Amino acid sequence: MSQYPVLQHDVLVIGAGGAGLRAAIEASAQGATVGVITKSLLGKAHTVMAEGGMAAALANVDDRDNWRVHFADTMRGGQYLNNWRMAELHAKEAPDRVRELEAWGAVFDRTKDGRILQRNFGGHRYPRLAHVGDRTGLELIRTLQDHGVHRGLDVHMEHTVVSLLTDGGRIAGAVAYDRERGRFNVFQAKAVVLATGGLGRAYKITSNSWEYTGDGYALAYEAGAALQDLEFIQFHPTGMVWPPSVRGILVTEGVRGEGGVLLNKEGRRFMFDDIPENYRNQTAKDADEGWRYTQGDKTANRPPELLTRDHVARCINREVKAGRGSPHGGVFLDIAWIKTKLPNGADHIRRKLPSMYHQFMQLANLDITETPMEVGPTTHYTMGGVQVDGDTQMSTVPGLFAAGEAAAGLHGANRLGGNSLSDLIVFGKRAGEHAALFARANGAAHLDDRQIESAVHHALAPFDRGTSGENPYAVQHDLQDMMQDLVGIVRQESEMREALERLSALRARAERAGVGGNREYNNGWHTAIDLHNLLTVSEAITRCALERRESRGAHFREDYPEKSAEFASFNHVIRKDADGRMTLSRGPIPQMPAELQQVIEENK
Amino acid sequence: MAMRTFRLWRGARGQGEFREYTTDAGEGMVVLDAVHAIQASDAPDLACRWNCKAGKCGSCSAEINGSPRLMCMTRLDQLPADQPVTVEPLRAFPHVKDLVTDVSWNFEVKKRIKEFTPRPPDAPDGTWRMQQDDIDRVQEFRKCIECFLCQDVCHVLRDHHKHDEFIGPRFLVYAAALEMHPLDSADRVPALKEQFGIGYCNITKCCTKVCPEHITITDNAIIPLKERVVDRFYDPISRLLRVFKG
Repeated sequence: MSQYPVLQHDVLVIGAGGAGLRAAIEASAQGATVGVITKSLLGKAHTVMAEGGMAAALANVDDRDNWRVHFADTMRGGQYLNNWRMAELHAKEAPDRVRELEAWGAVFDRTKDGRILQRNFGGHRYPRLAHVGDRTGLELIRTLQDHGVHRGLDVHMEHTVVSLLTDGGRIAGAVAYDRERGRFNVFQAKAVVLATGGLGRAYKITSNSWEYTGDGYALAYEAGAALQDLEFIQFHPTGMVWPPSVRGILVTEGVRGEGGVLLNKEGRRFMFDDIPENYRNQTAKDADEGWRYTQGDKTANRPPELLTRDHVARCINREVKAGRGSPHGGVFLDIAWIKTKLPNGADHIRRKLPSMYHQFMQLANLDITETPMEVGPTTHYTMGGVQVDGDTQMSTVPGLFAAGEAAAGLHGANRLGGNSLSDLIVFGKRAGEHAALFARANGAAHLDDRQIESAVHHALAPFDRGTSGENPYAVQHDLQDMMQDLVGIVRQESEMREALERLSALRARAERAGVGGNREYNNGWHTAIDLHNLLTVSEAITRCALERRESRGAHFREDYPEKSAEFASFNHVIRKDADGRMTLSRGPIPQMPAELQQVIEENK
Repeated sequence: MAMRTFRLWRGARGQGEFREYTTDAGEGMVVLDAVHAIQASDAPDLACRWNCKAGKCGSCSAEINGSPRLMCMTRLDQLPADQPVTVEPLRAFPHVKDLVTDVSWNFEVKKRIKEFTPRPPDAPDGTWRMQQDDIDRVQEFRKCIECFLCQDVCHVLRDHHKHDEFIGPRFLVYAAALEMHPLDSADRVPALKEQFGIGYCNITKCCTKVCPEHITITDNAIIPLKERVVDRFYDPISRLLRVFKG
């Protein structure tokens, strides 16, 4: 018998952002008893930061939109490395998931005839994002949170999972520590859903909060699951760059959707200089056409500012490198100019982009209705993750599911803005549903005391070393600097080989990390525990990126700047081998059904 | 860079004292940056909550120079440079450690408020129609990031500890968002009077002043709810009308 308290749930959901809460609600609706573990307080997950909206082909604003166009947009954005089954399900099911949120109390912005309003966003052919000003993520998480608590979810706040437990290859539960008291709890579960978000804290400049340390990927990897395509890290083109303390904080793509333009220091709108071939037919020929598109003119094509995020980030990078950037190392994003086009332009900006107005006023002392913003790329999202089955979201470990940013597949090599919030609700629901079905079909698994003891022993080790050990914050900072410099937006072989060497040195330092004080709410201890996961995912990113000798989507190789046909037909698969080493293999992408191929052809 | 002095509350479960730290204060720095810098160098075990660092999650609430504020939205250049910056935990909730308090009471309160209950859909496809004008006021309330600064500053909770009888400004805003939701059909007015203690609020507007989302808590949420309670339970004409209407 375990010496730690054992809590039992049919389904254990790890993470309480959009995907986790949606999974928990669905598992509960299927009759399962559900526990939700969250590292922070309920309602604080990174989902609150999502601003622009959730993509769903409701066709409320443009009736030419439908699931087929959304599917084709998503596949093109992902450079065809997507799990096409997930892209299909996502495009088909997102509208119902959005309408469901309204039935649960979400209050979306409205069209003139009273339906859910939709806005333009990068890579989406038609206005498709259901939104609430620029605080859509908050609306999503609050709606799910409030709906969920009334469904009787058992929420364990400020708990951190340190290890998953397995029983003869299937999932059995998890060991977590309660942050407030520093005590360990064992969670016995018939099925587990990982909804742990991404890994942005592996980088120095990031829009991600302290929690995004790659926990789900590392926990799944240690439990024997396969990871996929970790090289595809999305750098959102527009993070704040000034003042230094706000570097990385997101400036929503909604600014460009509402007509914002990117300018270099010469005042040139540089996005017109380089338009990719596969988007040429759908991109505006001049500034006037672009403006008309943002204002709902259905005969106009989108402005080049609304090309995919990977492309916009690289164009900004190019301007900065060529010495045409802004004073603080970014470029200018100007929304104030629309005052020349719209009466009451300043009011319009404040109404459509209230959080952005507020954020720049308060943090940078800058009025975005008067002055351009300085922006540059920031680490934002992980397209890769736990490899899952497209329909059920189950990983290669029976009973272990993953959804949202923790899972790989939907977005391929690059995610379209707005496809994340819809991902959370579409696949959160599917993961919760199938986890409940798995729990019903399979009894409780056996808990192995040795696994539990080993997890606890590992987690407590930093106290044994005490304050004479390495400072965990220092190790984390050095890791972030290293990944930013060597495995960042632009990559090359020699730098990534150096990164692998530096990773083993950092791992040695992490193993010496020590903390003082006691176990109660000890941030230093938490940072020391996080290091293991950060190092695991950093190694996985680097190994995948080194192996992909081409440039595709979010992954750009200076030494292989072109796309290569060789790399178009498989995903990278990472596993832990029997000796505990990280291995990389190629997982072929299954043949797409003719029907879906035709959908892509007809939308070219 | 200029060095600045910070007095941070250290200790656990109500015990503790201010301890002084110094750190570099660079351009544009906010209080949370300074706390992180101190944590990384001098006080690794310092307990502090934060998530988004952009004023959107409401995790880093604290009392800064005596006022309830978000650490991530308080720029150092807005605070007097010749004095130390004091940072201490919220006072309306039980202390856990250093800058962290136990805010779980708030999560329990929400469960007691009757959930969103929509009227039947307006259209055959199961959807509703709402006009932007009609949802503007609800959208104001839904901006709430649950930082609980309004709860912290409310004298009914802070000084008189009426947590058992009064739900506080955050949950009056929450109730208002539901009551004024164009689709909602539930009735929370009796509960506001009997269980949620709306009568305790005497409209000092302290909550409105500290709201980082600039929600007009008192005027737009609490006073209209008070009016509904008065109309229902105290207004003789309304009562008479109800008798006639049955």
